[in-house]
Amino acid sequence: MKFPENINIPLDVWVDRAMDWVLNTFGGFFDALGTLILYFMLYIEKFFLWLPWPVLILGVGILSWRVLGSWWSGVSMAAMLFFIGVLGLWELGMMTLSLVVASVIISLAIGIPLGIAMASSNRMQGIIKPLLDGMQTMPSFVYLIPALMLFGLGKVPALFATIIYAVPPVIRLTNVGIREVSASVIEAAHAFGSSYWQILFKVQLPLARPTILVGVNQTTMMALAMVVIASMIGAKGLGLEVLLAINRIEVGRGFEAGLCIVFMAIIIDRITFAMASEKKQ
Amino acid sequence: MEKIIIEGLYKIFGPHPEKAMRMLNDGHSKDDIMEKTRHGVGVADASFVVNAGEILVVMGLSGSGKSTLVRCINRLIEPTAGKVIVNGEDVTRIGKKELRHFRQKHFGMVFQNFALFPHRSVVRNAEYGLEIQGVDTTKRREAAMQALEQVGLKGWEESMPDQLSGGMQQRVGLARALALDADIMLMDEAFSALDPLIRRDMQDELIDLQEKVQKTIVFISHDLDEAIKLGDRIVLMKDGFIVQQGTAEEILTNPANDYVARFVEGVDMSKVITAETVMKKYEAMAYLSTDGPKAALRKMEKAGISSIFVRKSGKLKGIVTARACRAAADRGEKNLAAILDTDIQTVAPDTPANELFPLLAEEPHPVAVVAEDGHLKGVIVAGSLLAKLSEVTNPENGSDLDAEADSESKITV
Repeated sequence: MKFPENINIPLDVWVDRAMDWVLNTFGGFFDALGTLILYFMLYIEKFFLWLPWPVLILGVGILSWRVLGSWWSGVSMAAMLFFIGVLGLWELGMMTLSLVVASVIISLAIGIPLGIAMASSNRMQGIIKPLLDGMQTMPSFVYLIPALMLFGLGKVPALFATIIYAVPPVIRLTNVGIREVSASVIEAAHAFGSSYWQILFKVQLPLARPTILVGVNQTTMMALAMVVIASMIGAKGLGLEVLLAINRIEVGRGFEAGLCIVFMAIIIDRITFAMASEKKQ
Repeated sequence: MEKIIIEGLYKIFGPHPEKAMRMLNDGHSKDDIMEKTRHGVGVADASFVVNAGEILVVMGLSGSGKSTLVRCINRLIEPTAGKVIVNGEDVTRIGKKELRHFRQKHFGMVFQNFALFPHRSVVRNAEYGLEIQGVDTTKRREAAMQALEQVGLKGWEESMPDQLSGGMQQRVGLARALALDADIMLMDEAFSALDPLIRRDMQDELIDLQEKVQKTIVFISHDLDEAIKLGDRIVLMKDGFIVQQGTAEEILTNPANDYVARFVEGVDMSKVITAETVMKKYEAMAYLSTDGPKAALRKMEKAGISSIFVRKSGKLKGIVTARACRAAADRGEKNLAAILDTDIQTVAPDTPANELFPLLAEEPHPVAVVAEDGHLKGVIVAGSLLAKLSEVTNPENGSDLDAEADSESKITV
């Protein structure tokens, strides 16, 4: 049986209208915001493109060795990074990396305070939680449309979409980490006359740190995944290579770029995860 | 001096306590109120004082409201009604900020599950209270070290709490409260999570420590033996109400009602009962300066005893037996000096009964209870000790005790 056509809500029209209204009213604001973000990103990108490749490879090698605890992991992480250069994708890789770094920095700057706010009251949790659920279940491509409309083509909307996609884990896990802190320890802090901020900084955040770091790890991984998709709206990098390869059905080119993304994902994941679990012990 | 005064304190859990309060005042029970209003009664109409420098033990079974009560004192739990006056100031009336300062200045707290900060080393746990007061690093470190030394944790400063045993963790908890130099210590079942041997050690150490620091301590416990050992006075709670308050001995020998009596039943009375409570009045007494052997014999005969204490100018001098008196009388001696046995066992009035058993087993004569000034207060014979013990441990057998309890009980449910 067909659903009656006259029972119909024109939600698409409403959303379009709302979007138009936002653009007309806050266009200037978004332009300014976009410029600000762009400068921030360009700064980071410049840094990574300037960074001599041996320095980065050596740095990653040593860092992996220290946090993963074996020289072998240090060597293998460095080798993977070296391989990206061997494939001739170093520069594109650095662009991707800088986009990831920029979006993670902003995600954490937004996510950790939001997580703290969410942990501080059940009402806040009640408001933020469904929003996060929505953000995570919505197909990631959908974010590209408003990002495109607000900021046009290029790096800024890519970053914007990436942040929306990547920020929920760090918010959630900051919230969970703080709420997990044993009530008796908080009670003890209160009994000694601590203020809200003293409890937050001296008790809750230090104890929630391992959980928050897991959130940082997840946010980073999601940012990397989204950066690839964000290439569709003009972010240069490895994702764009994959996109071009798909369009032109160049399997080899796509494979190379895909492999580099996997390597980058492994490196970032291992290092950030080891940092998170190291603090847990 | 009264340090803490609690007056008509109520704590009702739930959004609308007014109705529950009304029902409570109409005499409804805790369960009844829970069923009808969905409100829990934590503390109901509690009034008592804590004197400066004493250990007051608030005792009751779980759910009796004792932990709620102690949290109302420093307002970790907001009381529904009533007054909590500490150092003359009503804690229930002060604002949030003043409350924080008040806690910093006056309350050290020790928790059942230790509640240490797991991410801080032992010394940083101990200095926490001073750190949040903004005391500078060297000063607070010094105070923390001193507190740790007091609880016997010198050398463990840099350890993390999870590297320590339960007993040591609670020492850290104690040091954290001591380092503050607050005048009041709130101890919420501080030793309940420890195994019995460690618990006993900690109790002994708390008593020693208290001699030195002289804090006002409110100690929560569900263990009557602990309450008796530590408490200068005991407040006994049931279902949010205070059922009896007084010294250990008052409560034990004179339970206010059946509930207290049942609670008290399990206690090892021989630790609680003192020589003074079990001694018999000593009516027959020979006087060294006036009585000869014949007079002494006559007194013994009259009282139906085989030996008699001898005193001179109000002080106990010794004992003579009937046999020795008869021999002396036969020899024609005129006074008791020659046959006086001065090597007699005496005990102070506050000696616990369990220390009396071995003495009674060794001594052929009754044990004399002698006050500090040498004055004979009474005697203990094995029979009277056992009789008294069985009487207080099985109140239903001692009918006179029940009657006494009914007439003298001040607070009843």
